[in-house]
Amino acid sequence: MSDTATALREPWPDLDRQREGVSVGIWLFIASEVLFFGALFLGYAVYRSLYPEAFRIAGAETEVFYGSMNLVLLLTSSVTMTIAVDASRRGMRRTVVVCLALTMLLGAAFLLFKGLEYSADIAKALFPGAHFPLRPPQTQLFWGLYWVMTGVHAIHLAIGIGVVGVFALILRRRLLPIESPAILGVATYWHFVDTVWIILFPLLYLVDRS
Amino acid sequence: MTNSQPRPVHIWLRPTVVWVALIVLGLASLGSAYLPLSASNTPLNLAIAGLMVLLLWLFLMDLVSSEVLVRLIAVAGVVWLSFMFALTFSDYLTRACEDRPGRPAVFGVDQKAHRGTF
Repeated sequence: MSDTATALREPWPDLDRQREGVSVGIWLFIASEVLFFGALFLGYAVYRSLYPEAFRIAGAETEVFYGSMNLVLLLTSSVTMTIAVDASRRGMRRTVVVCLALTMLLGAAFLLFKGLEYSADIAKALFPGAHFPLRPPQTQLFWGLYWVMTGVHAIHLAIGIGVVGVFALILRRRLLPIESPAILGVATYWHFVDTVWIILFPLLYLVDRS
Repeated sequence: MTNSQPRPVHIWLRPTVVWVALIVLGLASLGSAYLPLSASNTPLNLAIAGLMVLLLWLFLMDLVSSEVLVRLIAVAGVVWLSFMFALTFSDYLTRACEDRPGRPAVFGVDQKAHRGTF
């Protein structure tokens, strides 16, 4: 029995319809995630409109180097993920596994840089609380949102790394047909995590740089 | 692999071209942030971010060749998000305080005295 035949599951008549089913399911989840992150972006927008000067002062303290490096890492990981999906459709098992491994490594590198950035932030005491170094007090709103938004994003990315890793292992051990449309779900989730960082980058790292 | 399938190099081509475009846009956003554009910096950076998301969703998430239903769900998420922003800002941006008309109430009104009134 070919990979295509085993990848096809009930009740789908063919793989194209099955792929469509996976896409619809994951996009419904992504739409709910858009609203979840959207609420955080909305909170940021409201407070920034109320306290523009405080956000200008607070935003100038973020580590733009780490933010930019992480943008490049995630954009690159989206490319390797896309290639993995295309290779999967063509039955190129080795390319799929290598690209998934690269995607996972790039995601791990993102978390490494994020950890370095967090340690630099903590060294500057940029955590809302009694000893927060910036004035006016509303600067803590920016940094509160910074920690929540980047933290939630990092959790999403860590989950993505785990899922990609397990998926690569399953494919490498041939426990799942290489043409399985399930990779579409994994890839769409990964791209969404990248999307969130693309939006966070100007909001958190490009404030008051001129 | 059969002869009818595209050569492997083709699966690298489109993602690589999109990656170059995304990196260029990312660099443009970073560079423009250091230009003295006053209030235009943030709108410009957000416009570039929007363009990057569009490229990512269309070509890497493959919405450009997805079924109509999938595109509809993707657009729906963004539409509901825009409603959330519009309704929230229709409140915050139209609040006027007593001593500084036109400004949000939190700027000019004693919060303790007015606690629970808005």
